[in-house]
Amino acid sequence: METVLAIVIGGLYAISFYLMLRRSMVKLILGLVLFSQAVNLLIFTAAGLTRAQPPILAEGAAALPAPYADPLPQALILTAIVISFGVLAFTLTLTRRAHAGLQDDDLDELGRSDRL
Amino acid sequence: MKIALVLPILIPLLTAIACILAGASRAAQRGLSVLGAGALLAAGLWLACGVHTGGIQAVQLGNWPAPFGITLVADLFSAIMVVVAGFIGLCVAIFALANIDPARERFSFHPLYHVLLMGVCGAFLTGDLFNLFVWFEVMLMASFVLIALGGERPQIEGAVKYLTLNFISSGLFLTVLGILYGKFGTLNMADLAVKLSGQQSGVALSSAMLLLVAFGIKAGLFPLFFWLPASYHTPPVAVSAIFAGLLTKVGVYALVRVFTLIFTADPATTHGLIVIVSVLTMVTGVLGAAAQYEMRRLLGFHIISQIGYITLGLGLFTPAAVAASIFFLVHNILAKTNLFLISGAVGHVRGTGQLKQIGGLYHDYPWLALLFMIPAMSLAGIPPLSGFFAKFALVKSALAIESYIPVVAALAVGLLTLYSMTKIWAEAFWKADPAGAAAGERKAVPALMLLPICAMALLTVLIGLFPETLLGLASQAAGQLMNPSGYIEAVLGKTP
Repeated sequence: METVLAIVIGGLYAISFYLMLRRSMVKLILGLVLFSQAVNLLIFTAAGLTRAQPPILAEGAAALPAPYADPLPQALILTAIVISFGVLAFTLTLTRRAHAGLQDDDLDELGRSDRL
Repeated sequence: MKIALVLPILIPLLTAIACILAGASRAAQRGLSVLGAGALLAAGLWLACGVHTGGIQAVQLGNWPAPFGITLVADLFSAIMVVVAGFIGLCVAIFALANIDPARERFSFHPLYHVLLMGVCGAFLTGDLFNLFVWFEVMLMASFVLIALGGERPQIEGAVKYLTLNFISSGLFLTVLGILYGKFGTLNMADLAVKLSGQQSGVALSSAMLLLVAFGIKAGLFPLFFWLPASYHTPPVAVSAIFAGLLTKVGVYALVRVFTLIFTADPATTHGLIVIVSVLTMVTGVLGAAAQYEMRRLLGFHIISQIGYITLGLGLFTPAAVAASIFFLVHNILAKTNLFLISGAVGHVRGTGQLKQIGGLYHDYPWLALLFMIPAMSLAGIPPLSGFFAKFALVKSALAIESYIPVVAALAVGLLTLYSMTKIWAEAFWKADPAGAAAGERKAVPALMLLPICAMALLTVLIGLFPETLLGLASQAAGQLMNPSGYIEAVLGKTP
């Protein structure tokens, strides 16, 4: 399972960077969305996958029996999802404003304020 | 004493909330903003005194013992950074009263400004890598809105670049966190330092390199700095000034923290690379500045060049060099923020920062010219100002370990910095006003702009006249950084 997910994650990173390197504004946003998903999946996978062993104490037990899923990465991912959701929502509004000003999907047109 | 660690985060948060509640009342928001920034400075000073006398302080939030809970730690380096953040925060908050227009104030400039300060202080104080990520995001979220607030076209264009690159940087940071947690099962910095100490592994090296890229983007290191000069000149000056003074330095702080505490097993590779990157950063930044003819764009390139000096000390990795880095960091934040504020005052009286279109400022505002000379000459490293001692300490520490190429680069870049500063001097202050004498009425510089500029210039001169005070503190802070067992003991409560 880890091997399959590793390949999927690698593919997602590659696709997201490819999309971000394109000149289109829409593809940039899609790239950012995929990138944040890939990162979350990486945290999930790197911490190790444990099947069907929720970390819930049985009644009266003092400790969990050995193989159980680590809940911490999921807490990390949840935080990361919330943050990236907020940032992506802001990105969408911002690029919409930029697009309204430019009337163009071409990111190279954003360089105007850079010229000497 | 525990409360002193939480106050630098709590005060900006409460100020931001109070500003939101003050809502429609512009006067109340302005008052609260300055009051909150002043309280932050006081809290920072209190924390620094406590750390100076009582050693490294740590507090476990929610009473979860480290490494399971979130730890706030203040060593002397963190405390110095919080004090500087408080001082810059206060100066720029006062400047903003005269610089930010009522429309931006109505659209919650003041709450955002304090959320930004909260993120910065949180990043300086946290002892946990994931928590550092969260503080980065708090700071970035506020900065995204601040840079776009107002919605002028260059601002929106700059904001898209700023946001994209910082999003990628955060994603890479998070990637490292996933890898480190998967491999070592902890994200507490002190605990990671214990688990990684002395062992060279492929995972540690690749994590170190990914972090160098992630923090390098935020700090503006070569070759990842291109977003900075493309975006920092677009928002109002008060916003650019706080960005220039603090945001890139948070990236530098994170670099110093992880490369003195966690990734120290193979300094020949990691720190050797940092030296190379620093030299290239110094040189490209200053050459980029030489081509610019707009004040804030020119100063933006100088931020990059100066970042190179600070990371150079980290790369050389001796106690003297790290102490020089810390000294340089403090000097640079003061001088750089001040130069941005002066560019704001120039923009206020002349309406533009384009060097070709302005002139005659020395004739019209001789005292403003004097105030410009102090941070400008300090940045270039002319004695007896703070920049001279910062560069002197850095060069001396490099010579002590016979690392000559960085010395040559540092001195040559200093000369080119002087060239840039004299260019601003000659174009904006010295030459005759191209608008001619026709522009009869002279706009006065508001006192609210002059006050912070004077305060920072005074501090620059004071550091220059009494450098041994700050140098002593910096050496002490560097001593704590270079010998992390004290830090680890303060967090984990046991000797490693």
